[in-house]
Amino acid sequence: MNREFIKSSFKWGVNPKGYFGDFGGAYIPEMLYPNVEHLRQQYLDIIYEPAFQEEFNQLLKDYVGRPSPLFHAERLSAKYGATIYLKREDLNHTGAHKINNTIGQILLAERLGKKRIIAETGAGQHGVATATVCALKGLECIIYMGEVDIERQAPNVARMKMMGAKVVPAISGSKTLKDATNEAMRDWINNPTDTHYIIGSVVGPHPYPDMVARFQSIISEETKKQLFERTGSENPDIVMACVGGGSNAMGMFYHFLDDENVKLIAVEAAGLGVDSGESAATTSLGKEGVLHGSRSLLMQSDDGQVIEPYSISAGLDYPGIGPQHAHLFKQHRAEYVSITDEEAMQAGRLCSELEGIIPAIETAHALAHLEKMKFKGDESVVICLSGRGDKDLDTYMKYFNL
Amino acid sequence: MNRLNQLFQNKKESLLSIYFTAGYPNLSSTLDIAEAVQKAGADFIEIGFPYSDPLADGPVIQNSSLIALQNGMNLKFLFEQLKELRERVSIPVLLMGYVNPVLQYGVKDFCESCAAVGVDGVIVPDLPMVEYEEFYKDDFLNNNISNIFLVTPQTSEERIRKIDELSNAFIYLLSSSSTTGKNLTVSNEADAYFARIKAMNLKNPTMIGFGISDQKSFNKAAEYTRGAIVGSAFVKFLDSDNALERIPEFIKSIRS
Ligand SMILES: Cc1ncc(COP(=O)(O)O)c(C=O)c1O
Repeated sequence: MNREFIKSSFKWGVNPKGYFGDFGGAYIPEMLYPNVEHLRQQYLDIIYEPAFQEEFNQLLKDYVGRPSPLFHAERLSAKYGATIYLKREDLNHTGAHKINNTIGQILLAERLGKKRIIAETGAGQHGVATATVCALKGLECIIYMGEVDIERQAPNVARMKMMGAKVVPAISGSKTLKDATNEAMRDWINNPTDTHYIIGSVVGPHPYPDMVARFQSIISEETKKQLFERTGSENPDIVMACVGGGSNAMGMFYHFLDDENVKLIAVEAAGLGVDSGESAATTSLGKEGVLHGSRSLLMQSDDGQVIEPYSISAGLDYPGIGPQHAHLFKQHRAEYVSITDEEAMQAGRLCSELEGIIPAIETAHALAHLEKMKFKGDESVVICLSGRGDKDLDTYMKYFNL
Repeated sequence: MNRLNQLFQNKKESLLSIYFTAGYPNLSSTLDIAEAVQKAGADFIEIGFPYSDPLADGPVIQNSSLIALQNGMNLKFLFEQLKELRERVSIPVLLMGYVNPVLQYGVKDFCESCAAVGVDGVIVPDLPMVEYEEFYKDDFLNNNISNIFLVTPQTSEERIRKIDELSNAFIYLLSSSSTTGKNLTVSNEADAYFARIKAMNLKNPTMIGFGISDQKSFNKAAEYTRGAIVGSAFVKFLDSDNALERIPEFIKSIRS
C-alpha cells in the first residue's frame, strides 16, 4: 500500500485532532492518557515502516490465508435479480475479518515493547483472533467477555482457552460487549506500562478507530483488485456490510469512500424491532454522546445513561458505533438500515441453502437487507461476508429446531 | 475566589475530603450524608453523580452508581436536591462524574446549575484537557467553578505543568494508575513519585486520592501534599449498620 496515499488525510479520514467531522477524539481519564498518547504519536510511523508492512503482509498471506476470495454468489444473484459478490472474510484463519486487525495490532504491540495483551470480545471472534496472535507471538493474553456472551458463544470460549488465553467474565450491566469493554479499559488503567489493549472494532479513543480501519482496509483494497480483474471495473454499484462497532464495514467501505458513485449500506441489528425496546440499531435510536473514549452516536437516556442494547447476535449487541460511521451517517455518505433477529436468522438459513455458506449471525444481517432492496437487474453488489457461522450453530439449532 | 481556594489558603493542617455517590444508599441520602460528613470534621466533600459505565471505578463505586441509578438519581434530580445544599452545608463541595451525562445536560447549563446551588468545583475524569481548554473553560470560569485535573505517576512533567496552568483550586494526584478502590501501596516508588511532584513547586496545592482507606495511607499522603481524598472506603462503610450515626467514627479512623 502506498504510504503517501494513506497518510494524506482524505476527505473521509481522521483529522489531525483525531476527529471525523464532529466525532471521535479521546475522552479518556488521565490514567489512560500516557498509553493512548504514545500510541497516537507512534502508530503511523510504526505501521508504515517497511519492515512492519513486510511482516504484516507476509502473515496475512501465509497465516491468515489472504487474499480472501471474492465469490460470485449465483443462486443469491438469481433470487434477487442482481450480481451479488461475497467477500469471503469467513475463510480467513479463525473465521472472521477480526484477525486482520489483531495481526496488525500484535505487531504494533511488539514494537511498543508490550508483554501483556488484553482485549474485549462480544461474539468471541475478536477474542479468538487475539488469542491466536498472542499464541503466535508468545504473549500473555487476557480476554474480557460478557457473561451472557460466554454462554451463547461457548465454542469460541473453548477456542480461546485452547490457545492459552485467560477468559474473564464481565458481570456488570447487560453482561455483554459494552461491559466487557469497560472491564478491559479498567484492566488497562490498572496495568499502565506493560500492557497493550487490542480493541476489536473501529471504536475507542483516537487513534483506535483510524488504526483499526487501516488494518481492515485490506478488505476493500483486495475487493477493488478482484473486481477489476473480473469485470474491468474496480467499483460495484453497491457495497454492503453489517455494523456492530463497525470494523468489517469500515474495512469494506474504506477504498470506496472517495468513489461517491458507489453506494454504501451499513446494516445494524434491530433486535426485536427498532421500537421494541430490545434493539441495537444505534443510528435510529442513538444521540451524540461519549462512550468508551470517543464522541459518536450512542443509545442513551435523556440523562446520558447508556441504554442496554439487545440483538440475537453477540457481535452486534453494542449501544454505539465507531465515530467514522457516525460521520458517514451524518454526512449521508453511507445509508444505515436495520434488520431484526428474525430477518437475519432467515437470511442466514437462505444463504446456507442457496450457496452452501453458513454465515455468522452478524453477517446474516447484511444478507437480510437484500430482501428489502429493489434491483433494476444489472446492479452489482458486494457484501462483506464478515464471518462464518460455526460459532452460531447452537443458536441456529435452537432457532430452527434443527 | 471560591470556598475551595479559601480553604486551601486558610487552613494549615492536613485536609480530608470525603467522596460518596449521590442517591446512595437511598435517593434521599445525599444531603443527610453531606451534613453528617461536615459535622464529623471533613474539610470538603465530593459528590459523585452516577453513570451507567463508570470505567475508572472499581467494584464499590460501580455498585453505588448502579444502585443510585436504580433509585432514580440523575443530574436534573441532583440539582433539585442540592437546592438545599447551602442551607445545610458550608464546606466546599465538588461534583464528580463522567462526561456523557454532563454533555447531555449541556456543559454551560451544568456549570450554571453548579453555581446556582453553591457547588465549588467539578471532577470529570474523561473530559479531555484539550477540549476543556478549547471549548469549555469559559463556562467554568464565568461561573467560578474550579475544574480539577488528575495526575498519575505516568503523567509527564510537561503535562503536569500544563495542568498546573489550567487549574485554579488543587490538583488531584492518583496514588498509582488504578481504578478506584485499590489500596494505596506504600512503596519506594510511590514515595519517589510524591517527592518528585512536591519538588516541582506547582502553583496549585495537591491532594492524593484513590486508595486512601486508613490512617496509615492518610498520613503518607499528608506527608507530601495538602491531604487526601477517601472514596471507596467510605462508600463501603455506608453499607454498614447505622452508618449515618457512625460517620464520626469513620472520620476518626482516617484522621485522628
Ligand atoms: C463475524 C462478525 N461480523 C461482524 C461483527 C461486528 O463487528 P464489526 O462491526 O466491528 O465488524 C463481528 C463481531 O464480533 C463478527 O464476529
